[in-house]
Amino acid sequence: MKPKFGVVVFPGSNCDYDAYYSLKKVLHYNTEFIWHKEKDLKGSDVIILPGGFSYGDYLRTGAIARFSPVMDSVFSFAENGGIVIGICNGFQILLEIGLLPGVMLQNESLKFVCKDQYLLVENESTIFTNKIGKKVIKIPIKHGEGNYYADAETLKEIEGNNQVIFKYSSKEGKVEKKFNPNGSLNNIAGICNRKKNVMGLMPHPENACDPILGKTDGALIFKSVIENFTN
Amino acid sequence: MKEPEVNLKLALEHGLTEEEYGWVCERLGRTPTFTELGIFSVMWSEHCSYKNSIALLKTLPRSGGRLLVGAGEENAGLVDIGDGLAIAFKIESHNHPSAVEPYQGAATGVGGILRDIFTMGARPIAALNSLRFGNLDDARTRYLFEGVVKGIGDYGNCFGVPTVAGEVYFDECYKTNPLVNAMAIGLVDTKRVASAVAKGNGNPVFIVGSSTGRDGIHGATFASEEISEKSEAKRPSVQVGDPFTEKLLLEATLEIIKNDLIVGIQDMGAAGISCSTSEMSAKGKSGMKINLDKVPLREHDMNAYEIMLSESQERMLVVVKKGKEEEVKKIFDKWDLHCEIIGEVTDEENLLIYHHGELKAEIPPVELVLGGNAPVYYRDTKEPEYFMETLSFDKNKLPEPDCISDTFEKIFSSPNIASKRWVYEQYDSMVRTNTIVGPGSDAAVIYIKETNKAIAAKTDCNGRYVYLNPKEGTKIAVAESARNVVCSGAIPLAITNCLNFGNPYKPENYWQFKKAIEGMSEACKYFNTPVTGGNVSFYNESPEAAVYPTPTIGMVGLIENLENVTTANFKNENDLIYVLGEDYEEIGGSEYLKVVHNLVKGDCPKIDLQAEKDLHHLVLNLIEQKLINSAHDISEGGILCALAECCIIDDENPIGANVHIPIKTREDFSFFSESQSRIIVTVSQENKEKFEEIASKSFTPFYFLGIAGGKSLNINEQYQFSLNHLMDLYYNSIPRKMNAKS
Repeated sequence: MKPKFGVVVFPGSNCDYDAYYSLKKVLHYNTEFIWHKEKDLKGSDVIILPGGFSYGDYLRTGAIARFSPVMDSVFSFAENGGIVIGICNGFQILLEIGLLPGVMLQNESLKFVCKDQYLLVENESTIFTNKIGKKVIKIPIKHGEGNYYADAETLKEIEGNNQVIFKYSSKEGKVEKKFNPNGSLNNIAGICNRKKNVMGLMPHPENACDPILGKTDGALIFKSVIENFTN
Repeated sequence: MKEPEVNLKLALEHGLTEEEYGWVCERLGRTPTFTELGIFSVMWSEHCSYKNSIALLKTLPRSGGRLLVGAGEENAGLVDIGDGLAIAFKIESHNHPSAVEPYQGAATGVGGILRDIFTMGARPIAALNSLRFGNLDDARTRYLFEGVVKGIGDYGNCFGVPTVAGEVYFDECYKTNPLVNAMAIGLVDTKRVASAVAKGNGNPVFIVGSSTGRDGIHGATFASEEISEKSEAKRPSVQVGDPFTEKLLLEATLEIIKNDLIVGIQDMGAAGISCSTSEMSAKGKSGMKINLDKVPLREHDMNAYEIMLSESQERMLVVVKKGKEEEVKKIFDKWDLHCEIIGEVTDEENLLIYHHGELKAEIPPVELVLGGNAPVYYRDTKEPEYFMETLSFDKNKLPEPDCISDTFEKIFSSPNIASKRWVYEQYDSMVRTNTIVGPGSDAAVIYIKETNKAIAAKTDCNGRYVYLNPKEGTKIAVAESARNVVCSGAIPLAITNCLNFGNPYKPENYWQFKKAIEGMSEACKYFNTPVTGGNVSFYNESPEAAVYPTPTIGMVGLIENLENVTTANFKNENDLIYVLGEDYEEIGGSEYLKVVHNLVKGDCPKIDLQAEKDLHHLVLNLIEQKLINSAHDISEGGILCALAECCIIDDENPIGANVHIPIKTREDFSFFSESQSRIIVTVSQENKEKFEEIASKSFTPFYFLGIAGGKSLNINEQYQFSLNHLMDLYYNSIPRKMNAKS
């Protein structure tokens, strides 16, 4: 059986189609949409919570989407070891529902930022990264609230458990304040839970899969997950 | 509330002229009701009726091979791109709302143009914008600039359309009246194009989307007068945008069109229900019976006048095929949107508006609409006094600058030339994963999925040129937008225009308008790029003066083969650099003259449309034969700025150059001349002979400029600029201005 991706569609998701297209049409993986009012995850092996502005994000990013019917199923799926990837708004939803620790603040600049960004793979031994290795990849970011924050104790814990997966860096892999696009704590761009089956990241790998657009590093993450399944 | 008595005084307060009020009474055969007066006043406002522009607009070329829907026929124009697909695109202004409420003004401008696209059944695939502000050293200008950019970004980012290109200019003349022109492009299956028509006796009329509130009442009228101290009080006529609802509306709309459930659909922008009911009825030569009691309201005590005139955003009027009501409701329910039947289509060409059981308005729709019996005027024209004076400028009397290096740096870091990264990084330029070339190059390139094609798009207009010479300046705007898409590897297809001018009742302004239309018409015919539609915005004036006449051109081109996508930056060390085209040392209206000498004088550069067309043929031929590695047009700032841009536009891989620029008479003239129809290209060493052979056989003059490579830009063995320094000037100049405290 080929592993299957399920891309959840919330009202206001706008990278749902990008994730679907990149997974299905560019990478040729088995992929299906899941409407947020459904509870059935359609036999998905990997759940993608896509980017966008669920419910307009008028209250607080991800704060309403976490109450969508589908999220009960996603929560149990994750608790039972299912793989969940939250991208941007999806990351924010994972924080709100408590599958990942910490919170998201507005970017330090108070401005939305969209650009290609270098990321250092900080933990190369997760299923999301073990086929990438310890290297620098380039993936676009586009968000207004990507300033990851956690209290000192939580930070110590996630760093101690190697839960930090990606950090904002220079092309050469230097992790310094000046390469941090949003003010996030210790340049954190992506983290996972303790069991390392749930990942949230601000960059958009689904926007960097198609060679026609000249960027393909995003595909490395999806490939890594798939190869872990097939091996 | 008791309705006020309708008389001439009230009509004048509504912005109608005495003559127009007379016509209203005559056409109705009686005194209009209060609601009717309101409807006439917005429908006959400049904004809705185009009464002072339509006669001239009809002289523009509005048909051509690939045009499926021409100007004014639908919400947007439609151009065939093959493979059963078409591109819908249009540009619109939201200048006055942005002048008083920059964030919401700009945001709702984006929302409005997106709705024009998806009511055609097209999914928006790109947004562009063309912006004009005062001088960035002024604190209010920075406030407007910051608010407008954030408004555009927040709306487009949330909606999920990539904002991929545009332009921003700064000049004092736009200080109190900034220009905010938003353009959108959509992709549609030619078999699924929707129309803005109402027909079929008994077909139900739905209002869908947001509920109706008191926001935006008389917005269309506000857009049809000059900005003054009193404008601040018009802040309530600026609507408030809700991009989340618009995103839901997009999905629901495309779903009902795809399932073939509707007869027609129109967005509610200016003049709300008044405009959509009358235009759709007039187009279908039918009528409507509307019951306003059914309209979902935000405030229950709204009267008929207010409901008819509300410009609440994110609403649509839909004529549904009888029998399909439940299917339509199910789709809107799925997206948690209002969807109410408010009336039905009738065979009688009459618009009947009921409220609380009373007939509040009864108007034949044809009386209200553009293309029907709305007034059409030709205004007086008069050559402005400044025109001969600015033309008589003698460049030879201009003092030569002491230091060319400093002069160049001043121009290169001027906000008009410097990188607009501060702006476009606030826009999601990548959503929908089609962006091959995003902001920062000559034109944006958007991939058309599941084909081998892409489209290129750009907006252009140098208002200073148009001010100095309306006809030639407008030709340049068309030529430059075409040149930009050609540099990306695209064949120019068609344009949309946003005509920003002053009060048309002032003959000098109307002279500018008339000349601009003449120039546009000539250039569009030459390039075979018909006008698919657009928008006229008059009354762009502040107490001091009118803005520069600014006819913004939005050009769309087609790239038939993805391999032809070309960008501006130098690609390889040792590539040969050539200039295609010729310099005439033209500095009239240049950035050099403005920034260094503080002058807006002279004639704009001359434009030879045949030479321009020859240049396009040559460049497209070279691209097709894979003989050039980059192409960048020489525009504002002249050849030195263009070269510097080629070096550093890809700031991750900057490449320097050693060049020799021929000097005709004076260095400052040759370096900063803005002569048209020039493109810088690079050629691999091994393609030199083949390139020169083809270029020699063309009608376009060309010359060898130098060689790419190194860490600096070296000019005529005399001037040297390190790439790091150039990047600092180019990329940090606007952020420095924006971070400055005042």
